[in-house]
Amino acid sequence: MTRPNTYRSGPDERGHFGIYGGRFVAETLMPLILEVEKAYKEAKADPAFEGGIREHLKQYVGRPNPLYYAERLTEKLGGAKIYFKREELNHTGAHKINNCIGQILLARRMGKKRIIAETGAGQHGVATATVCALFDMPCVIYMGETDIARQQPNVFRMKLLGAEVVPVTSGARTLKDAMNEALRDWVTNVSDTYYLIGTAAGPHPYPAMVRDFQSVIGDEVRVQMQELEGRLPDSLVACVGGGSNAIGLFHPFLDDPSVKMVAVEAAGHGIDKGPLAHAASITGGRPGVLHGNRTYLLQDEDGQILEGHSISAGLDYPGVGPEHSWLHDIGRVEYVSATDQETLDAFQLCARTEGIIPALESAHALAEIVKRAPKLPKDHLMVLCLSGRGDKDIFSVAQHLGVKL
Amino acid sequence: MSAPKDNGRIAKRFAALKAEGRAGLVTFITAGDPDLETCRAVLHGLPAAGADLIELGLPFSDPMADGPAIQAASLRALHAGTTARKTLDLVRGFRATDADTPVILMGYYNPIHAYGVDRFLADAIAAGVDGLIVVDLPPEEDEELCIPALKAGVNFIRLATPTTDDKRLPAVLQNTSGFVYYVSIAGITGTASADNAAVGAAVDRLKRHTDLPVAVGFGIKTPEQAADVARVADAAVVGSAIVTRLADGLDAEGKARPGLAEDVLGFVRELAGGVRGARV
Repeated sequence: MTRPNTYRSGPDERGHFGIYGGRFVAETLMPLILEVEKAYKEAKADPAFEGGIREHLKQYVGRPNPLYYAERLTEKLGGAKIYFKREELNHTGAHKINNCIGQILLARRMGKKRIIAETGAGQHGVATATVCALFDMPCVIYMGETDIARQQPNVFRMKLLGAEVVPVTSGARTLKDAMNEALRDWVTNVSDTYYLIGTAAGPHPYPAMVRDFQSVIGDEVRVQMQELEGRLPDSLVACVGGGSNAIGLFHPFLDDPSVKMVAVEAAGHGIDKGPLAHAASITGGRPGVLHGNRTYLLQDEDGQILEGHSISAGLDYPGVGPEHSWLHDIGRVEYVSATDQETLDAFQLCARTEGIIPALESAHALAEIVKRAPKLPKDHLMVLCLSGRGDKDIFSVAQHLGVKL
Repeated sequence: MSAPKDNGRIAKRFAALKAEGRAGLVTFITAGDPDLETCRAVLHGLPAAGADLIELGLPFSDPMADGPAIQAASLRALHAGTTARKTLDLVRGFRATDADTPVILMGYYNPIHAYGVDRFLADAIAAGVDGLIVVDLPPEEDEELCIPALKAGVNFIRLATPTTDDKRLPAVLQNTSGFVYYVSIAGITGTASADNAAVGAAVDRLKRHTDLPVAVGFGIKTPEQAADVARVADAAVVGSAIVTRLADGLDAEGKARPGLAEDVLGFVRELAGGVRGARV
């Protein structure tokens, strides 16, 4: 494979990152997908659109959030100098809102009257319900029944924000089934509905569009690290389910060869424990086609999609954004994984050392830092994307620790 | 691809229907639903019950364009151990008893992708498959399977929908062969039904763009509705209603009750009666 001049030019016109991506959707949806693509292309060229996003991110979301030197964790691990990109300080407590602001402004430009979305852990559902309240648009969130049971606080948040939460009872009743159900809604309500996808996956142009909206993470890190240290970071670490916080952090640095990037998938009970024990699509899956794109998937020999497992409801999706699949194949980003146990340990370490309760998703990235930082020199600048806060997770963590709340 | 003369079973069947002056009945069942043996009994009985063309669903874990009836059918089939290979075995068995009734596999791309496109096409042809309907392969992705299928001599039947406007229609029809499947509603299978006037107008619109036969499906549940469609289209497709009839014949454990296949075929006979009586 020849090395491209830039890693940042993708996707091509048909939505391909190498062999990944594409537009694998039913004909009923195809005209809508093309409409979204056209509208997004026009919006990107309109300074007023960009200005609207910037204004909302500043005044409503609270950006820029800090690039925080995690001094105690750095001392404890005794190696690399660790910075946290504090996405958990955003309004609604995660990076998901960055994308929701961008997409709802696009939906308004397109004249859409109704918003639908899928959610797993509920973070994207909450962020979507939030922007729908802000812009006074009806909002329907599809959420698997299994996830509803384990993420009650977020379900209530969405309802408080005025959203309708529809329990999904098909399949395994988790995120992939919620996405199936959202697609079924969209195909039925094509004329007035906008599907606000929560991660950098799905049919083109969603993977590229969500990446663009999340790239504010990496753009800020670039500026902030220059101010703090006068140079680029040496490595970036982020968790990957669908992969939107990771691609948002990585993308602005892809063409800086000195910056190493590590993405952490959910190894659940362990990748060696079989295909149902983890949710690591890249580390433990193979390429296939689902939800509009070709990408790495958890699937059996016959191409049936398998249910991933992770302690984190936000990572147990059986696929991953197509750009990640490509970045993996060409070797620009290293894909590793962290088990449930490693994650729980890192979760507690972060809480006690830095006074920050991280989301279980982000704790996967922390687990990798715990392994990696001690082996690196003290002048190695490492950035972790602290993609969300862990308040939503305290009940499931308590359960795993054997504590009754 | 300007279609060379199509001598396949699908083209022959539509030519025969035209000669008879009637529309056809296309029936859908999911391969391996509720189990391979019962499915085989239904499949083999379909032509005698009046099915003119057979769509056999290739089960998939995530059928995102399907409503609850066909979702449940897919899951039953998968729980019964149905695979792409076993689906092709069903077709092979059917073909040994019926040389003329076209069989079209309908499903989603990933099981075919996992099987390997070239190997799948070779095995499908050897089994006696005549056409493919792959819901999540729009013309934008023709290089994946559509073009290889056409080259291998398998019809690739495309769905046209209410959202497919005149500007887009030529792209949708370009590599379509066998027939065009008009999805009469914007929605999933087995839910709402379209009104007759809208279906008639849609078929007329398609006919202005293509000489291929037009089959209409989604939301046809009764012999009367099938007859209505048969008056304006070349064929009526019934899927969810047949699959629901089959599901109604399962016991509490999901096993087929005695006489289930005969009951399903009885329903197909009623549908065929509706279609055949439509234009007299």
